[in-house]
Amino acid sequence: MGDNTITAGASTPPTGRDKQADQPSLSLVDSVVRNAGSDFHPAGLDAVRINLSALERRVSSLAGRRTVKKQWQAAWLLRAVSFIDLTSLSGDDTPGRIRRLCAKARRPVRADILAALGAADLNLTTGAVCVYHEMVSTAVDALEGSGIPVAAVSTGFPAGLSPLETRLREIELSVADGAAEIDIVISRRHVLTGHWQSLYDEVKAYRQACGDARLKTILATGELGSMANIAKASLVCMMAGADFIKTSTGMESENATLPVSLIMVRMIREFYEQTGQRVGFKPAGGVSSAKLALSYLALIKEELGDAWLNPGYFRFGASSLLGDIERQLEHSVTGHYAASNHHPLA
Amino acid sequence: MNDITEIFQAMSYGPAPEQADYVEDWLGRHASGFELFIDGQWCQPQTSTETITSRNPASGQVLGKIASAGKDDVDAAVAAAAAAYPRWSGLPGHERAKYLYALARIVQKNSRFLAVLETLDNGKPIRESRDIDVPLVARHFYHHAGWAQLLDSEMPDQQSLGVVGQIIPWNFPLLMLAWKIAPAIAAGNCVVLKPAEYTSLSALYFAQLCQEVNLPPGVINIVTGAGETGEHIVRHPGIAKIAFTGSTPVGKKIREQTAGTGKKLTLELGGKSPFIVFEDADLDSSVEGLVDAIWFNQGQVCCAGSRLLVQEGIAQRLLEKIKTRLQAFRVGDPLDKAIDMGAIVDPVQHARIDALVNAGVAEGATRWQPAIDCPDTGCFYLPTLLTDVDTSNTVASEEIFGPVLTVMTFRTMKEAVALANNIRYGLAASIWSENINRALEVASQVKAGVVWVNCTNQFDAACGFGGYRESGFGREGGKEGMYEYLKQREGKSSKAGNAAPVIATPAPHADDAGRGTGAVVIDQTAKHYINGKQVRADNGLSRMALDADGVGAGRVADGSRKDIRDAVEAAVKAGSWSSATAHTRAQIIYYIAENLGRRESEFRQRLMQFAGASRKAAREEFAATLSRLFSYAAWADKFDGAVHTPPVRNVALAVNEPLGVMGIVCPDVTPLLSLVSLVAPAIAMGNRVVVVPSERFPLLATDFYQVLETSDVPAGTVNLVTGERDALATVLAEHHQVDGLWYHGSAAGSAAVELASACNVKRTWVNHGQPRDWLSAAQGEGRQFLREACQVKNIWLPYGDESRGGKGGY
Repeated sequence: MGDNTITAGASTPPTGRDKQADQPSLSLVDSVVRNAGSDFHPAGLDAVRINLSALERRVSSLAGRRTVKKQWQAAWLLRAVSFIDLTSLSGDDTPGRIRRLCAKARRPVRADILAALGAADLNLTTGAVCVYHEMVSTAVDALEGSGIPVAAVSTGFPAGLSPLETRLREIELSVADGAAEIDIVISRRHVLTGHWQSLYDEVKAYRQACGDARLKTILATGELGSMANIAKASLVCMMAGADFIKTSTGMESENATLPVSLIMVRMIREFYEQTGQRVGFKPAGGVSSAKLALSYLALIKEELGDAWLNPGYFRFGASSLLGDIERQLEHSVTGHYAASNHHPLA
Repeated sequence: MNDITEIFQAMSYGPAPEQADYVEDWLGRHASGFELFIDGQWCQPQTSTETITSRNPASGQVLGKIASAGKDDVDAAVAAAAAAYPRWSGLPGHERAKYLYALARIVQKNSRFLAVLETLDNGKPIRESRDIDVPLVARHFYHHAGWAQLLDSEMPDQQSLGVVGQIIPWNFPLLMLAWKIAPAIAAGNCVVLKPAEYTSLSALYFAQLCQEVNLPPGVINIVTGAGETGEHIVRHPGIAKIAFTGSTPVGKKIREQTAGTGKKLTLELGGKSPFIVFEDADLDSSVEGLVDAIWFNQGQVCCAGSRLLVQEGIAQRLLEKIKTRLQAFRVGDPLDKAIDMGAIVDPVQHARIDALVNAGVAEGATRWQPAIDCPDTGCFYLPTLLTDVDTSNTVASEEIFGPVLTVMTFRTMKEAVALANNIRYGLAASIWSENINRALEVASQVKAGVVWVNCTNQFDAACGFGGYRESGFGREGGKEGMYEYLKQREGKSSKAGNAAPVIATPAPHADDAGRGTGAVVIDQTAKHYINGKQVRADNGLSRMALDADGVGAGRVADGSRKDIRDAVEAAVKAGSWSSATAHTRAQIIYYIAENLGRRESEFRQRLMQFAGASRKAAREEFAATLSRLFSYAAWADKFDGAVHTPPVRNVALAVNEPLGVMGIVCPDVTPLLSLVSLVAPAIAMGNRVVVVPSERFPLLATDFYQVLETSDVPAGTVNLVTGERDALATVLAEHHQVDGLWYHGSAAGSAAVELASACNVKRTWVNHGQPRDWLSAAQGEGRQFLREACQVKNIWLPYGDESRGGKGGY
C-alpha cells in the first residue's frame, strides 16, 4: 500500500509476521487484544489490487502443498472443532432446539473418541454458539459455566436494511441479554456505490453499540460485486474496529470460498503489518467437510501464521461441519468408516 | 512430537509420505539392469557394456542400472523406426489417433506409479509430478490424438518427415518425452528417443506401456545413454529431424553437427526469463507467482522466472513479502506430500548452482536464504535470493538452473522492457500488473516465446511453447508445434525450366571484367541500398555484372562485411516498421507494386537484357512479380494468430511476430521474381531485411531499389547489398544482430549458413541447393513463407473477477 500507512491507535506496528512470537493456545482467547481500529484512510483503499485467477491458483496448489496425516490430522481436526461457531439461524428455532445445540457445543465430540485420542484433558468445546437475538438468553443460560461465548447475529441480519436505530438497538439488546459477540451485516449498498466513509461510520457505530462484546462484521462477499470490493470492505471494517471479518451470512447464494477467504486473510495481514493489530477471520457457510476445514487451517497457518490459529482470531461459521469431523475422528481411532447416527445430533 | 495434545497446541505439520513400495518392487524386478527398447523389443546393447547408475537424488539410493546405447544400437533403433515408418505414416489419421488415445488413457491409469517413479528418479516433489507433470503428459497425448485425427483435413498441404531423433532433458523427464513423442507420432513419424542419463526410468516404464497398448514395433524406440548416444542420433544419416531440449551450448553444437545435412531441427534451450512486477500488481499474488516461477521443480526449469525485475518504489515491500513467504517454505523429502521443494537432480548440478551463486556474491551480490530446515543428507539447496545484482554480474546473465532468484529494480515500463530484453535468451516472461494496457504493451515488447500475464509456468498441449533468440527455435504444442514434425508437400512446377538449379557460373570479379558494356548513352551507377540511401561499397570496389551471354552489363558495388554491418545496423534501427500496423505495411507493399507496374516495359526489357529471359518469360516473370507483391500486401493483415483453448479460464493468444532483422540471400533464377518472393513475405510480416540479390544478375535488384525509394518504404526496412553470395551470406549468418536468415544458393552455401548460424541460434531456412519454381504459386508463395518469417509468441491472459462456488448454507 505504499506510503498510505494506516496508523494505529495504540500498539506498535510489527516488522513482519512474527510466527514464533506468541505460542497460541486455547487459554489465550480471553487475553486477545481487541482491535482499536484506526482513522478512515481512503488512500489505503485505492492501492488495493486483487487478481482472482492468481488467488485461485494459490488455493488450489495449497491443497496439494500442505496436508496433515495420522495423529497430525486428528489433532488439527480437534483444533478445528474449537474454532466452530456452532450455529442455528432458522425461523423455526425454539428454546429446546437451542438448548440441544448448546449441549453439543459443550461436548462436541464423543468422550470415548477423545479418550482414545488421548485428548480428554483438552476440555474441548466449540468456539461459540451463534443464534438470533431471541435465542440469546436461552443460549447464555444453557452455556453457563462453560466459558463458551454466545454470538448473536444482529443489525437486521441477513439483509441489514432495517432502520439504523433498530439495528443499533438490536445490538444493545443482545449484549444486554448476555451475547459476548455480535455478528453484524454491513450495508452492501455502501460498498456497491463506493461510499466507504458511510461504511466506516456505520461499522464504527456498531462497534460503539457493542461495548465489550466482540464485533464480527459480515461482508456478504457474494453480494459485493468484485474482488477489490471485498478487499476494500475488509479494510474499512478493520479501520472501523471490527474484531473479526466474516465472509457470509450463510443466506447468500454464494458463501465462503477459499479464494475469497484468501483475499480477506491477506487484508488482515496488511492491516496487521500497518497497525500491529490482529483481526480475526470467520469463513461462514459452505464449510461442511473436515477436509475443507483442514484446507482453511493450512491457509491461515501459511498466510497469517500460527498466532491466528486461535479461537480468538479464527472461527468457522458452520453447523454440519462438526458432524463430518466427528466421523473422521472416529475413523482415525477405529480405522472403520463412521456413521453419522453414531454421533449425537447437534 | 506426536502426542495429539501437543500437536493440538503447536499446530505443526507432520510427515505425509507418499507410498512408493510398488514402484520399488518394479525397480527391484529390474535390479539386474534395464535394457534398450528397440523395435518393440527389450534388448541388451550389442557391444556397449557401459551402464549408468540411476540414483534417487534425495537419498543417494541406487534405483537401477541404465544401459548405454552404442552406435550400433542407435543404428538398430533408426533401422527399426525406418522400417515401421511406411506403414505408420500410411495409416489413416484415425488409426494413429486411436493409439495416441490409448497412450493417454494408459498414462492416466498408471498416473500415480509414474508420478512416484518420476519423483524417485528426479527429486521433484510428488505434488508436482502428481498434479502437474503426469496430468500434462496425459493431456499431451489426448490433444495430439486429436491432431492425428484431424491432420488430413486441417493440414492437407503437409506431410510427415520420416524418422525423428529426440533428445530430452532430466528436469521434466516424462513430460518432455510426451512433448516430443506425441506430436511426432501424431504426424506419422517414427521416433528414436534418448532420455537424459540422470532420469531414464519413466521413459523405460513408458516403453512398457507402449507394449501394453500394442503400439506397432519400431514406432517408438527408446535408447538410453549419455551424451555420446545422443551424438550418434544427431549424426545419424537416416534421421530426418532432430528435436532437442537442453542447454544452449549443446543446442549450438547440435546445430553445427546437423548443418547441411538437410535435417529439420527444433531446439528448446536455456533461458533467463524475467519476472516483472509493476507497482500496480497484486503483490501478494506475485509472491506466489515467484514461488511457481523459480522454486518450481527446484528452479530447474528452462523457462524459470529467474530474474525478478521490480519497480523501485515497491521493491522493499515485495522483498519483505518474499522473505516472509520463504520463511514458511518446506524443503525436504520429495515423496512428502507437504513440501514445497525437493532435491536437486544430481550433485554435479548442486555444485554448479553453488559455484554460480558464490561467483555472484564475489561480484557484489548479497545472498539471502531463509532460516528453515533442510535435510542434512541428499542433494538439497535452499531457496536463495540474490539482491544487489548489477547488470554486469555473472548471475544477471548466466542461467543458474537452480532455486536462485536475482533481483533488480526498474523505474519505468520502458526500463523494465529494456532490462527484460538485455539478455541473450528469450524463452519466457512473466508480467504482473492489474493494468491491462500496461501488461499487454509489455507483453508485446518482451522478446520471449511465452508470456504469462499475472501468472507463470503455465503449460498446455494446445499452446505453443518455445523460445526467441538463444532459447532456440521451433514450438511444442498447438498447431504451431505440429508444423515442426511436418513438411510442405511441394506442388508441381508449372514450368520445369524455371526450376533450373542455381546458376553456378560466378560473375567475374571487377579485375576480370571481360568484354565491355557496349555503347551506353549515360553510365549507370548501381550501388548498395542501405538505410534508404544509395551508397557505394565501403571498400570502394565494384564488380562487373554479366548478362546471360556473358557480356558485361554494368558494374555493381562489390559488397563486403562492412557493407553488411552497415545494412544490419540500418535494419536494426528501423524498428518502426515492425511496430507499424499491418494495414500500413499492406499499403506500402501495394504501392511498391503500383510503382513497379508503371515501369513494366523497362523491367521486362531488363529481364531480357540482363537475365536472358525470352520476351514471353520476361512478361510472365514481371506479371508474377506484381501478383506476388499483391499476394503479400493481401497477406499482411490476414496471417492471423490464434486464440488457443487450454483447460483454464484464460485467453491464450498465439501472436505471429516478426523475427526482427532478417538476412535474405537470393537465387539467380527469375532474379526479379525470386527477390520479391522472398522480400515481400518477410516485410509483410514486419521484418526488416538485408538482402543479398542474385549474384549473377544483380542489376534487376539495383533497379528495384529505385522502386522502393519511390514507394514510401521507410529507410532501413529493405537494404540491398550486392556482391559475392556465399561470402556475404556467411557474414549475415555470423552476425549476432541478425535474427533469421533465408538462403537460396548451393548445398555448400546452405551448410555454411547453418553452421555459422549456431553462434546466436538464429532461425535459418535454406534450400540445400535444391531449386524452387518461383513462378508456381505452390512453391513460390504462401503460408510457408509467412511461417518462416514469423515466430509465434504465446501470451497467457487468465481472467476473472467473479467468485464462483461456495454454495450451500450452514
